[in-house]
Amino acid sequence: MGAPGRSAPPTLALVNVSKSFGAVRALQDVALELHAGEVHALAGENGAGKSTVVKTFAGVHRPDAGEVRVDGEPVAFHGPADAQAAGVAVIYQEPTLFPDLSVAENIFMGRQPRGTLGRIDRRAMHAATAELFRRLGVALDPQQPARGLSIADQQVVEIAKAISRDARVLIMDEPTAALTGQEVDRLFAVTRTLAEAGCAVLFISHRLEEIFSLCHRVTTLRDGAYVATDRTADLTPDDLVRRMVGRDLDALYPKQDVAPGEVALKVSRLTREGAFTDVSFEVRRGEIVALAGLVGAGRSEVARAVFGVDRWDAGSVEVAGRPLPPGSPTAAMAAGLALVPEDRRQQGLVMDMSIERNMGLTQLRALRRETGRAGLISRKVERSRAADWGLRLQLKYSRLTDAVGVLSGGNQQKVVLAKWLATEPDVLIVDEPTRGIDVGTKAEVHRLLSELAARDIAVLMISSDMPEVLGMADRVLVMHEGRLTAEIPRAEATEESVLAAATGRAGTGRAA
Amino acid sequence: MTLLTQSPARPGSGGAGGGGRRLVELVLRARELSILGALVVLVVGTTIANPRFLSGQGVTDIFLNASILVLLAVGQSVVVVTRNIDLSVGSVVGLVAFTTGKFASGGDRNVVLVLVIGVLIGLTCGLVNGLLVSFCRVPSLVVTLGTLYVIQGLDYRIAQGDQISASELPASVLSLGNDGVLGIPYLPIITVVVMLAVGYYLRSYSSGREFYAIGSSPEAAMLAGVPIRRRILTAYLVSGALAGLAGVLWLARFGTVVADAAHGWELTVVAAVVVGGVAITGGVGTVYGAALGALLLTTIGSVLVVLKVNSFWQEAITGVLLLLAISVDRLLALRVTRALKQRSLESTVHHDVPADVAHDVRAEEGRDRA
Repeated sequence: MGAPGRSAPPTLALVNVSKSFGAVRALQDVALELHAGEVHALAGENGAGKSTVVKTFAGVHRPDAGEVRVDGEPVAFHGPADAQAAGVAVIYQEPTLFPDLSVAENIFMGRQPRGTLGRIDRRAMHAATAELFRRLGVALDPQQPARGLSIADQQVVEIAKAISRDARVLIMDEPTAALTGQEVDRLFAVTRTLAEAGCAVLFISHRLEEIFSLCHRVTTLRDGAYVATDRTADLTPDDLVRRMVGRDLDALYPKQDVAPGEVALKVSRLTREGAFTDVSFEVRRGEIVALAGLVGAGRSEVARAVFGVDRWDAGSVEVAGRPLPPGSPTAAMAAGLALVPEDRRQQGLVMDMSIERNMGLTQLRALRRETGRAGLISRKVERSRAADWGLRLQLKYSRLTDAVGVLSGGNQQKVVLAKWLATEPDVLIVDEPTRGIDVGTKAEVHRLLSELAARDIAVLMISSDMPEVLGMADRVLVMHEGRLTAEIPRAEATEESVLAAATGRAGTGRAA
Repeated sequence: MTLLTQSPARPGSGGAGGGGRRLVELVLRARELSILGALVVLVVGTTIANPRFLSGQGVTDIFLNASILVLLAVGQSVVVVTRNIDLSVGSVVGLVAFTTGKFASGGDRNVVLVLVIGVLIGLTCGLVNGLLVSFCRVPSLVVTLGTLYVIQGLDYRIAQGDQISASELPASVLSLGNDGVLGIPYLPIITVVVMLAVGYYLRSYSSGREFYAIGSSPEAAMLAGVPIRRRILTAYLVSGALAGLAGVLWLARFGTVVADAAHGWELTVVAAVVVGGVAITGGVGTVYGAALGALLLTTIGSVLVVLKVNSFWQEAITGVLLLLAISVDRLLALRVTRALKQRSLESTVHHDVPADVAHDVRAEEGRDRA
């Protein structure tokens, strides 16, 4: 793929766009040009303004100043419908589908093939959907409801939607955050095909290696301001990180060597029908143990069962030698367990509640005890604790009373972490702790986890991010189709050995 | 395709195909089939206890009585499918029945004119509800609870303790409520035609599907460019218009109308809709299910009268049915979600066979380049 020609005006462009939300300047004089046939990356830390750029292109936000241009002509998008009409298709980080409607209806909503009298021609719609899926090389049933699809499949549906619209511009906002290696490869192949067919692609990812392997050019934003646009061929990953954070990063994976202490969490032959089978492992104090595997291998399900969110059918869980009753998060918390869930929007935070309230949620009892006023909760203590944690985790916020929903993804994750760290757990289970988080915050989260381990906390980390698994974990447990297939010590853990176990090609590592 | 190919018991029917869809369809149909089953058991059981129950007049009465509730349930389900609710329908029926009665008794009015006026009054109420919910973004529960009282108050103010009696009404109006064609009364005919039309529109038209889209995920609907406000407004207009129509039918059927006619019906309507499988959280259900729910509740009422059971039991049984319906919904939803997750897990595992995917995509790339 050579560099695309520059003679034609860009298919879609931002020209000196600024946008504010209340007092927060989200974008300031940002310029961005997307050309046909080019895959363009947008890089920046969380809160740098990437999502605002996406939403401006998508017609959700309108710029306060500056212009959006299509084929060099200024346009005003009055809503998502206008942007779609201009050929802009957006695939969001968390796909938004209609769970109750069929996959085909999700793809064709509002522009179903019509038959006589303007009726929907269902047969044509299903055939067209099947054809799209065939082109994408996936085996999905057009008539199955979207409810229950994996995130990867939901994205496939979104991509099919974009293709069916003959989109001229495809914008992908962190599409790979929840995908496994295989799924990422599939996505990239499809993306390249689309670009070669003349589509302009904007690609956002926190994984630098993805930006370098897929994209021709990269535009960097920092704190809402335009930094630079470079050809990826002229850039090293270190250059890019420097542009994003404005400084050199310390090591991304600062796991300190700690001599593991006594067993803090012992899981024996744990089974939950339909989710996982016969899972046994231990986590010692001071240790970070990674639970790797493909999405859907049953890792999160194990974490949920251990923490008591779901019941288990057989086996046992012991914390510091004492067995936990099944299905009781209260007992798990009392025993010193904390779970930072995968899906922070739905499980980790109450989005409409303030930052301080969210942080206080896990400590209501403690807040009550401390104040000792007949079971009332002291707002003052709540606030001072929240401010304290905000400082310790370098949380970026304007007021503690702001709703958590207005924070950027990385900062939301910090609030979830604070909420659970405040319970002073002995065992911390984190599910995809850095999913959708920028490089700078990622390093902070890693440093934090490492510090916790150094303070004798046992950490069980579920992660799909291979460098994170290899860099942070003292031991790597690998799951495949609901079973633990390998336990690999740090020294022997390589990308190949972990991937082999995760895809069921057993062999490397000793079987658990 | 004619309207008649849409049989009420088979919504969402289609060709043979995918497993996930079949499962869901089975569940949806199971709801309608189980209501039909309950109806059959009810009717057979009662007929054994009292053979006169199934006499011609008895059945006609049930259908006459059910018609108005079914009409309201059809309108209500359009609103509920969009994740909203319309509690004002009972008041609208009362207002329309009284005002059109007043108008009709003022001279020998044409029945069509009476119907048009009734529907217009209903539309106006629907417009107010719809504007408040869709454009002012006030939660529908609050808006329609408010209009319930406002419209009721208006009705009382107009009535001032007066009542309409059948003897004052023109013959054409009374004939609408009591005569029919080929022995089938007008009321159920009107209701079935309306139900089929609305059901057909919701299923087969692009804009009809958007009602489901909005209820299923408002956010996704916004991003998909669905005109949310317009659709929600339309839903309230439909509900209002049908409530207006139901008001005139009420007048025609009963002749005698006092100001608090249909008082409290809004809750019966919502119960019928939910029993009929329209999810109160939106996005799921059909008008046919809602209609069957309304028919079931009406039949239970008649059965209790025939069996000389205290009318207290009717309300209790309605309540039990409602709870049953909601629990079954919840249980089935969990089951289906789990089954679908399982299925998608299996297919994901299948996707992860690396050679397969790589091959497919490469073949695809080749094809596209060519």
